[in-house]
Amino acid sequence: MSTAELHTLTGAYALHALPEEERLAFERHLGACEACTQEVRELSATAARLGLAVSAVPPPGLRERVLREIATVRQEAPPHSTSERSGVAPGRAGRWSSYALAACLAAAAAFGGVAVWQNQVAQDARQEALQARQQNEQLARVLAAPDARTSSGELEGGARGTVVVSRSANRAVFLASDMARPPGGKVYQLWFNDDGSMRSAGLMDPSATDDTVLLDGPVDGASGMGITVEPAGGSEEPTTQPVALMDFPDA
Amino acid sequence: MREAVHISRAPAPGPGLQELLVQVARGDQDAFTQVYDQVSGPVLGLVRSVLRDPAQSEEVAQEVLVEVWRTAPRYQPSRGSAMNWVLTLAHHRAVDRVRSAEAAAAREHRAALLDRTPDFDEVSEQVESRLEREQVRRCLRTLSELQRESVTLAYYRGLTYREVGELLSVPLGTIKTRMRDGLIRLRDCLGVSA
Repeated sequence: MSTAELHTLTGAYALHALPEEERLAFERHLGACEACTQEVRELSATAARLGLAVSAVPPPGLRERVLREIATVRQEAPPHSTSERSGVAPGRAGRWSSYALAACLAAAAAFGGVAVWQNQVAQDARQEALQARQQNEQLARVLAAPDARTSSGELEGGARGTVVVSRSANRAVFLASDMARPPGGKVYQLWFNDDGSMRSAGLMDPSATDDTVLLDGPVDGASGMGITVEPAGGSEEPTTQPVALMDFPDA
Repeated sequence: MREAVHISRAPAPGPGLQELLVQVARGDQDAFTQVYDQVSGPVLGLVRSVLRDPAQSEEVAQEVLVEVWRTAPRYQPSRGSAMNWVLTLAHHRAVDRVRSAEAAAAREHRAALLDRTPDFDEVSEQVESRLEREQVRRCLRTLSELQRESVTLAYYRGLTYREVGELLSVPLGTIKTRMRDGLIRLRDCLGVSA
């Protein structure tokens, strides 16, 4: 499913009308673009108004039963041990906003203004570590660079790939959506194409069908990139035919 | 039939609920009692609209309310109102129950679903919910028929977009789009912001 099609799922998602598998896939797409998340938020709030409109009078016994039961039920620990819950910290939206904005800009540039989700970060992912944040900052720097250029193309099986290159930052970012999972024990490895010789640019997350990857290493003179299927852990040089080759956009 | 209409403020997801939920997250049972009084009506009404069966609805409503207690620390005010959070939880629980029951029953009752168009009047009345209901009903009327059916069959009946598509004999892509633009129109009519 294309990212533009995914965008239309905001309504079905807010109504809880997606089958489980599609719901999970959609949630993986949410999170990078705050504008997209915002639409889901508004439509969910709208759906809740439909709920509010069918209010009923609960029978008296329910109150007693609920209050009796909660006395015996342990509460969950807060998801973050930081001060986020107190309402002081800006929370996820704030933490992601600069990256989200950059991702939106890049996506808009790549798809002619159609807002898309490009990131594997599910809305409720809680494990953002410092390392991930630093990577995101680097990602954001590339995506928001004044000389960032994008090119995109169809990959195998209807998947879509977009590459963003900033010559001034000398880095490149690859965004994939709807990629088939690699076969068990295999990973997708990314390569810089230096005039036909392939230089490793890192691995994609094998569990994600949508992923945003900062390519390892400088762009330098590379004219494009490729993707191959390699054994887990990656290879020194490609051992299989590329599943995709993409030219970098002209500077 | 004419009824006295009480002019009261808009329904009660008042400022208090959010603060109460924050207190509940810290283990405050008295605060939970107040949360219960504000949300139990909407929770039960919503669950009942999806499940219909009164006994099962009460059982699921109880589960939802206990889950509000248990997971209150997860609630993040920055992501939306407390009532929205509770009703989303309730809707998910109700729909999950429908889907698991349907899987077990081979979805035999599906054919009967079309007869059950949303019927607001069978729901017991609370004065404060009347204005809300009038407004929602008025705004639902501004939707096209397909938008309205797509939205209400999914929300009030717990159907997936595929089931809605089959039921209405409309292509799936159209259903997805109608759900979205229907909700957008509803959002604008109700003046929802988030």
